[in-house]
Parts: sequence; C-alpha cells; structure tokens
Amino acid sequence: MDFNDSPEEAAYREKARTWLAQSAAAHRAKWGELKPNTPEHMAAAKDWQATKAGAGYACITWPAAIGGGGGTPIQSVIFGQEETKAGLGYGYFTIGLGMCVPTVMAFADSDTKKRFVSPAVKGDEIWCQLFSEPAGGSDVAALRTRAVRDGDDWVINGQKVWTTGAHYCDYGILLTRTDPDVPKHKGLTMFWIDMRDTAVECRPIHQMSGGREFNEVYFTDLRVKDSQRLGEVGDGWKVALVTLMNERLAVGGSAGPNYREIMKLARQLSGTTGPALKDQAFREKLADWYVQSEGLKFTRFRTMTALSRGQTPGPESSIGKIISANQLQELANTAVEMEDQYGILVDPDQAPAEAVFQQSLMWAPGLRIAGGTDEILKNIIAERVLGLPGDVRVDKDVAFKDMPTGR
Amino acid sequence: MDFDYSDDQKFLKDEARKFLAAHCDVAVVRGVLDNADRSFDEKLWKGVAEQGWLGASIPEEHGGLGLGRVELCAIAEELGRVVAPIPFASTVYFLAEGVLAHGTDGQKAAILPRIAAGQLIGCLATSEGPGVVGPATLTTRVEGGKLFGTKIPVTDGDVADTALVLASEGGRPGLYLVDLKQAGVARETLKSLDPTRGVAKLTFDGAVAERLGAAGAGFDIVQAILDRAAVLLAFEQLGGADRCLEMAKEYALGRYAFGRVIAGYQAIKHKLADMYVKNEVARSNAYYGAWALNDDAPELPIAAAAARIAASEAFWFASKESIQVHGGMGFTWDVDCHLYYRRSRQLSLVAGAPKVWKERLVSQLEQKNAA
Repeated sequence: MDFNDSPEEAAYREKARTWLAQSAAAHRAKWGELKPNTPEHMAAAKDWQATKAGAGYACITWPAAIGGGGGTPIQSVIFGQEETKAGLGYGYFTIGLGMCVPTVMAFADSDTKKRFVSPAVKGDEIWCQLFSEPAGGSDVAALRTRAVRDGDDWVINGQKVWTTGAHYCDYGILLTRTDPDVPKHKGLTMFWIDMRDTAVECRPIHQMSGGREFNEVYFTDLRVKDSQRLGEVGDGWKVALVTLMNERLAVGGSAGPNYREIMKLARQLSGTTGPALKDQAFREKLADWYVQSEGLKFTRFRTMTALSRGQTPGPESSIGKIISANQLQELANTAVEMEDQYGILVDPDQAPAEAVFQQSLMWAPGLRIAGGTDEILKNIIAERVLGLPGDVRVDKDVAFKDMPTGR
Repeated sequence: MDFDYSDDQKFLKDEARKFLAAHCDVAVVRGVLDNADRSFDEKLWKGVAEQGWLGASIPEEHGGLGLGRVELCAIAEELGRVVAPIPFASTVYFLAEGVLAHGTDGQKAAILPRIAAGQLIGCLATSEGPGVVGPATLTTRVEGGKLFGTKIPVTDGDVADTALVLASEGGRPGLYLVDLKQAGVARETLKSLDPTRGVAKLTFDGAVAERLGAAGAGFDIVQAILDRAAVLLAFEQLGGADRCLEMAKEYALGRYAFGRVIAGYQAIKHKLADMYVKNEVARSNAYYGAWALNDDAPELPIAAAAARIAASEAFWFASKESIQVHGGMGFTWDVDCHLYYRRSRQLSLVAGAPKVWKERLVSQLEQKNAA
C-alpha cells in the first residue's frame, strides 16, 4: 500500500518532467495562449502532438515501429499526469487515438494501417467516430444508416449525430446497416471513410452550453470501396464493441472545477451568516466532494497498480464518469447559488472564476450523457461487474426492418 | 505505485476469511444478539487471540506479531464482513493503538503483552451525554490521581478490563488509563442499537487513574487515537458494506417477481450499482488511509477523515438498501440484514459521527490551504 512511484516509475516520471519542462516552454513561446476551437488552437495542438510523437510521448503504449512510444500503460498514465500538470492537454486527438485508430489497427489490412496509423500519431490527421444516430441514442445498434453493395463499392445514405469534432476531422469510422432483414446486431458493417468527401455533410449542433463541438453528419450516396471495410460484412457490432471498450479508457476523466476551486470561491464570498466557507451545509457538501474526488483519484491508482501487475482493468472504470459528471453538476450549481443574484451572470469578465462554474453548469448535463448515460453505465456495472441479468430485449430475434420505431 | 494489498497481505486476509467462516458464522453472531446476558462471544475472542490478531501490529518485544498496519486493516475488513461480536476495535484500535502511540515504556510493557495474549479487553470512554464531546461540557475530573464522574455510553465498557478515559485535571483535559476492576468503578449495562456490541455506563468515584500522554493534551491525544482508529474502522465498515452488496445480489438473483428474477429489473440493478460505486469509493479512500496509518504520514488526519466519511456513507447505504432489496423478508429478525444495519450505525457513531468528521476534514483542508 504505497502510492509512491517504484524506482523505474520515478525515473520515467523524472525524464518526462524534464522533457516537458523544456518542450512546454518552447511550445508556449511559439504559440502563446490561444482560444479553443480556433484554427490557431488546432495548429498548436497538431504541433504539440508532432513534438510528442518525435520524442516517443505520443501513443506511449503503441510499438515504436508504428510511431508509438513502445512503453507501458503505467508510463502512459505517468506522462498524462505530468502533461496535465504542465498545463498542456489538447482534446482533439482523444477520440481518434483512443478509439478509432485502435479499431483500424485491429481490423484493417496492413496497407491501410501503414497509411493511417503514423499520420494519426503525429497529429497530421484527426479521426472521428460515427456511431450515434437520432433514433438510436443509448441503443447504438438501432442505427438506420444504410450501406448497399454496388459492385466493388458500397453506397451509403443516412445520418449520424453527436459526432465530436466531425467538422475538423479528416477520417472517420462509420457503423452502417447492411442487412435490415436480420436482428439489429447482426446486420451491421463498419467502414472507414474520408470526411472530406463531398457526399459527407457536417452540420454543427448548437448545444445548450452554447458550444458547437458536436455535429450532425449526413451521407448522400457516399461511395466507399469494399477495401474500406473494417471486419467482415455483418460483423460490425463486434468491431464497434472494440471501439466502445476503448471508449471507457479514453473518456471519463473529469473536466471542470473541483472542490479546490469552489473552496476558493467560498473564501471570497459572503454567505448567509458570515463567509460562505463557514456555512455548515456547504462544508458538509465540500467534504463529500473531496471524498468522492479523492476516491476516484485513488481508484485510478488501484487501476495503475493492476496494470503494473500485468492485470487488465475491468469495466470498473465506469464509476469514474458517473461520479465526476454528477459531482460537476452539483458543484457548479452550489457555486452559482453561492453567488446569489450575481450567479445569473455568465460573462467571464463579470462572473467569479471567469464564469467557469456557469459554464460547467451548462456543460454538465451533456457530460452525464456523452460516452454512456448514467443509466447505461449503471447497467454496465450491474451486468458486467456484478453479473446481474441483462435487460429484457424484445427486439433480439426480430428483423431490424420489423422493429417498431418511434421518434 | 502499489495501491493494493501485497500477496502476503492477501494471503493473511484469505486465511482470516477462512478462519472466520469456520468460527464466526451467523449463529455465533446471533448467539450474542439473542442473549441479553452476553455482549461478546468468548470462544471467538479466544480463537482470535490464538490467531495472533490481537497483537498483529504490536511489536514482538511486547508479545505481538510485529506486522504493519495494512495487515491489521486486512483483518479488520474480514471482521467487518462477518459483524464479528467481539470487542476487537475497543481493545486493538483504541487501547493498543493508543498505548503504542502515546504510552510510556512502562505502560506499554504493562498493557500490550496482555492484549496480545487475549488477557485484557480495552475501551475508550469520552462521551458524557447526547451531542458532541467538547471542552466546555467535560465534567469528569481527576484530582490527586483519582477519577470522579460518569461516562456514557462506553462501547464494551461492560466487559473491558482497562479504559482510556477523557477527564479534566486542574481545568485541563487529559487522557487516563483506568483499571475497571478496582473499587471506585461502577458499571451499568445498557441497551444499544447493536446488541452484538456491549455498552455500559461507567461511574467513577475515586478510581485510580494514570495519565496517558502529556498533561492538558487529552483532546489532541483522543483525536490522534481516533484518527488511527478511523482508518481501521473504515475497513470494518468496508467489509460490512461489501457483504451487504453480496447479500442483496444473492437474494435478488434468487427471488422471482412478475415472472423474472428481480435482479433483472433496472431499479434493482441500479440500486446495486450505486452500492458498488459507493463501496469502491470507500475502498479507495480506505487504502489511502491504510497507507497514511502504516507510514505515520502527515496526511493521516485528512486521509483518516476521508476514509471514515466514505466508509460510513457506503455501509449506511448498503445496509439500508440491502433491506429494501430483500423486501419484507429484509425486515424480519430471522434474515441477517438487520445485523449489518445495526453494525453500520454502531461503527459510524463509535468514533464520532460522520458530520463531525466532515467538519474535521474541511478544517484540515482549510489549514492545508492556508499553509
């Protein structure tokens, strides 16, 4: 029971820290402070990714021969911690490198892998994941986007939704329905596609948070070669599960203010009977948030321990997002209420902490849904960790075309 | 990074589980629950002593096994799983740990070997009435080495040989070792929420009291003892919470309603998932506490508070929702749910309520931030 690094881990951390200190400074000197979601921000992100790849710090667990770092999972975690401390973490590559490219590596032919893996590691090309559909939601396999065989090609028509970053991505992995006459999971096929094709149209979704990170993506007679298929025809669900399994590892970290930030706010504001920090009801909530946040941190340490002992972490990591997303929502709401009437303001120049709590309040509902809703994650824990029965599936043996559909 | 039990510790834990499966099945617990004259199981106590658990973390020079605190945590977790009806926490976490940390060489030599041998039961006596114990309300006093006043309730005070008593001397709080078998000590056994742990009212009228630790430092020493005990109690709570989840799961997998096992309904699945999440958060915080306790780290007060808060919440939730999953059966005397429900309350209160620990945690965070 020790959360100090082993000598090897400490040596790696020191090496990473030294490298980061120099490289991060050089990177900042070159790019300065940029506003997210601008072309300059993207250029800086790609530049940083290339710098990391050159030093073996991109895709640390992947073999060096394909551009990775040839390292261990625990080294990857250590570098991630140090990179966060250095204040350099761009989110553009998470989905591509965490979920899409591993799927390409698992199912594509060697030429395709050769063509795509290395540019993705260097940040030259960015990938998105085209799974969700308006009618599907958590029921991913209920998708309707059709791919119809036409000689050596497939012709694709349909619509995806909630595609993160589709507007700036170069390639994507696309899950389609190729056979509606069989039950939903059996008629799916996966492809990789070029997002710049004129038959692909991206429409950004204006979110309740005000941002536009997600997109609707429309396909109108998009032609792809059969060689772009990932896995066998009709085996798309199996391929998608590989992607979704990687999703749990890639997504789930908490984004947003935590107990430290709200404690800082509570020091500055007046409460009902004195400083807000002295409010007993607030102090109890603060203690709960600390215990949850630290609990998650130490849960990650337990995962690292399992990794370093050669074990594979299970779906236990699902607890991370359930806790952090809910906590973010509650914490942000408490902060906004603490500001009393002033809490209405969202202007970063006016609202305390540059309105980060107001932004979190509007972002948290999405976080509780993205990458698996609270409800789906609890099902995962119940079924895969605790071994409880799956939900009743009335559509299991029904051909997709005969399934009732609502909105 | 090594945030788990080691292989040796796992072995010890497995052995403890096997021993308790053989010697502390629920009949043993019910043997105490159903008999108002007994507040612990003497046979189990003797067996636990023979296993060396009472002296697991007592140095060999004082008759113990000289193992670390993580080993003691592993044992605590297993004792919690079976709601063991023995005064282990009072004797080991409060008295032995207190004497180890604050006793003189003479006090250690007088007390620790007897604890390790299973010849001495301890207890901690701080409470004097409803509400939080504080300097303003402390009425028990020591004059000329003699103790006067009343402590209520004292867990295991009905069977203990030696008590640690918080009392004031010359207006300053001190902590005193008191032999409970002397004249000048009166005991009255009381009924409690958890009859598998005895509770007494202790009245002192000129009992000989020997100070443990510095004069005037009583509250600080008690807090230091509670910090250490909180981690160990958290492991008992964790063991209990995990067992509640298992029991609820086993029941839900075997109980049919509306043509299906109830474990297949989302309302039940999500309830069990919520239990699991709370238990894992508690386990992770408990591990941090175990590390801080074992290493005597400066982080101990914060780690102990976090471990206690998380474990109290997890055990409370798991014990009450396990009854809910069991339905009407869960409300009967014959089903074991209430043993855990009772113990969850006993463990949450015996070292100060979660609310008190939340305040302690936030105060510590404030200080840390200010430093």
